Amino acid sequence: MSDAALRLNDVACLRGGRLLFRGVSLTLGPGDGALLTGPNGIGKSSLLRVCAGLLPAFAGTIERTGGIAMTDERLALDMDVPLVKALGFWANLDGAGRDAIDRAMAAMALTPLSDIPVRMLSTGQRKRAMLARVIASGAAIWLLDEPANGLDTASIDLLGRAVATHLAAGGIVVSASHQPLPIAAPTIIAIDAYLAEDGE
Amino acid sequence: MTMLWHLARRDLAQSWRSAGLWLPVAFLLLVASLYPFAVGPDAALLARTGGGMLWIAALLASLLPVDRLVAPDRDSGVLDQIALRGIGEEMLLIARLAAHWIGFGPPLMIATLPAAALLKLDGATILRLEIGLAIGTPALAALGLLVATLTAGLRSSGALAGLLALPLAVPLLIFGAGTLGDGSGAALKFLGAASLMLVAITPFAGGAAIRAGRE
Repeated sequence: MSDAALRLNDVACLRGGRLLFRGVSLTLGPGDGALLTGPNGIGKSSLLRVCAGLLPAFAGTIERTGGIAMTDERLALDMDVPLVKALGFWANLDGAGRDAIDRAMAAMALTPLSDIPVRMLSTGQRKRAMLARVIASGAAIWLLDEPANGLDTASIDLLGRAVATHLAAGGIVVSASHQPLPIAAPTIIAIDAYLAEDGE
Repeated sequence: MTMLWHLARRDLAQSWRSAGLWLPVAFLLLVASLYPFAVGPDAALLARTGGGMLWIAALLASLLPVDRLVAPDRDSGVLDQIALRGIGEEMLLIARLAAHWIGFGPPLMIATLPAAALLKLDGATILRLEIGLAIGTPALAALGLLVATLTAGLRSSGALAGLLALPLAVPLLIFGAGTLGDGSGAALKFLGAASLMLVAITPFAGGAAIRAGRE
């Protein structure tokens, strides 16, 4: 992970004919964390999807070095299979072994739930399962969209610890949140500052 | 290759669990048992028209699983997660097409045997029907998958899927049913060509549809 990098250069995002933001530049190297802030609907999730390459940038360039792991509001785990198998599908695609899943489930305190079908999990447990999928992926760049939503205090601590471990190992974390997150010394990107003027 | 296997294995396990496997089979058998009630118990008439009827039933049966082929994975974020891993939509659709055919083609061909008995088809016709279905079901599976990618983000996609698929399926029906009364093998070759084309374009056209539908 030591050569992980994420560089945004003058990025603008157009959605539904509306320019959400423009001129966002960001350079992150190994061990760097960034926090996207701003009120609802301002384009935090869109910026994360642009970073992930799922949305094309309307202007500007994005350079990524290293694999990407992302969570958003969608679970992307098969509902009818036990949690460990649902995570195992993604670990197989990532080339990660069973020990990576075990470590990730332990990091999110999910080990006792490994044989429970995903559909039986509560909202907070599902959120932790998504984070476990990110941890198990072994990707260098984590893009977390509202990772603390639905988590209790103890789980937010687990999230903070997982993020700290990932940064210490030379990874990159970009998270979008409207609430404070336990991420040490992040680069704060307030998207309010990049709004396009009306009428453009 | 391992990646294709992991993708296809998940699709197979899902269709097994959801019991969606039995829907086309049950539909085909239902049509075959209702058809004699509609046209009467005239064995000669049933034998002459039954093969074509089974082709229509197979074609309509291929539309039944359309709404669970792509839309659930799109809505639950699975398609995005696969894209994040650098796996092209084309690869995903190749794996999905293979898995979908395995869960659709062979069960339908097996169900055709009791259905053919209900319609009093003779041995030679059954053989031609099975050969035709062996060549035609990959195309029916591909067509179902293609319209599933095209309609994934839309409401009431089932009805639209039917409207989209049926015109494209006309060549399959003409040549497929044509093999039943044709000794020269020409219809079989045309069926093979039509089938090959649908199977070949589905991963690319469907991949483009998934990318275009991403917002």
